[in-house]
Amino acid sequence: MDMKQPFEKLVEGHGATVLRVCRAVVGPADAEDVWQETFLAALRAYPDLPADANTEAWLVTIAHRKSLDAVRAGRRRPSPVAQPPEDHSPHGIPGAERPGDGIWASVAQLPDKQRRVIAYRFLADLPFNDIAEIVGGSPAAARRAASDGIRSLRAAFAAAHTEGESA
Amino acid sequence: MTAHTNISTQQNDGLVGEGLAGKSAALGPIDLALAPELVSVDPGVLGRLHAQLADRASREGLLDIAYRFVDTPVGRLLLVATERGLVRVAYEREGHDAVLSLLAERLSPRILEVPGRLAEAARQVDEYFGGRRRSFDLPLDLSLSQGFRRTVLQHLPAIPLGATESYADVAKAVGNPRAVRAVGSACATNPLPVVVPCHRVVRSDGSLGGYIGGLEAKTSLLRLEAAAA
Repeated sequence: MDMKQPFEKLVEGHGATVLRVCRAVVGPADAEDVWQETFLAALRAYPDLPADANTEAWLVTIAHRKSLDAVRAGRRRPSPVAQPPEDHSPHGIPGAERPGDGIWASVAQLPDKQRRVIAYRFLADLPFNDIAEIVGGSPAAARRAASDGIRSLRAAFAAAHTEGESA
Repeated sequence: MTAHTNISTQQNDGLVGEGLAGKSAALGPIDLALAPELVSVDPGVLGRLHAQLADRASREGLLDIAYRFVDTPVGRLLLVATERGLVRVAYEREGHDAVLSLLAERLSPRILEVPGRLAEAARQVDEYFGGRRRSFDLPLDLSLSQGFRRTVLQHLPAIPLGATESYADVAKAVGNPRAVRAVGSACATNPLPVVVPCHRVVRSDGSLGGYIGGLEAKTSLLRLEAAAA
């Protein structure tokens, strides 16, 4: 595996993961633009990437920078989801029409760093060492941000769930 | 990476396990699998993103190599083009992935599958196998072949469809009658089989000699051409 793969293999192997990360970080409306910017920048820089580099971590790093650019470019602050419709099913696991909205909305409300750390850890499956290099700070701090974020999500989910059951 | 693997990773991190207060462990902590809008990616979306990426890369001069596949009577062929022209045609038996990796090494790793960039080449290959085309009219990039080998390849299209030449004939034709073996290796390493017709070169005794696509493919091509001639 020391030979550099054709770029097509990177798109094939990591395109979906990078899109998930973009959705979690900048929201569905801007995710595809950030994905494009990420892969175009990666294609440009690819000839200089060492053949033994971890391509997924490299792509997520680029996606991270591009998402910051997108936010700085004065687009609306990341708000991954519109409010769920009023008639959203209140029962148990978020309803059939907009499945997942509950969590989606909760992820959107996390502080920026927590949201990013969770996306890089659980959607891109990167180790905290790599995540710390991407977002800055120590691996321990990244781990803490992830568990704080997970705790908030869990609380939000529990609240929504209870509310749903009592409705 | 499926949502399920992510969940199991969570467990390794010790972030799970406390469970949702009073709720079943089946729900997990914050089960990302319950957020399909986050994790599920429609292949159609990726296809569209890929096509847009190829367009932009092309416009910005970043698409060094494009490729596509065509199905033919001699199997699935890989067609590869640089901005200068068709640079490689590969049989399945060569290993399409291996061929692309080698091109990434030798020419550029900026490689994407962009069928549109090879539409004309694919059309001519189709016509050829359908017996409706006698010679290829495509820009070729011979940068994978140097020196004498390239000289040999440049001669080959002069052998008309339906005819064959011996390795010795070709050596004579390119002005180096003693280089019969070198002609053999030029044909054996032809980066553009089918399109540059090395299959029309056979041994002086009429036996086939070798072929990058296998002798069966060489026989098929010569039969097809004999029928069309």
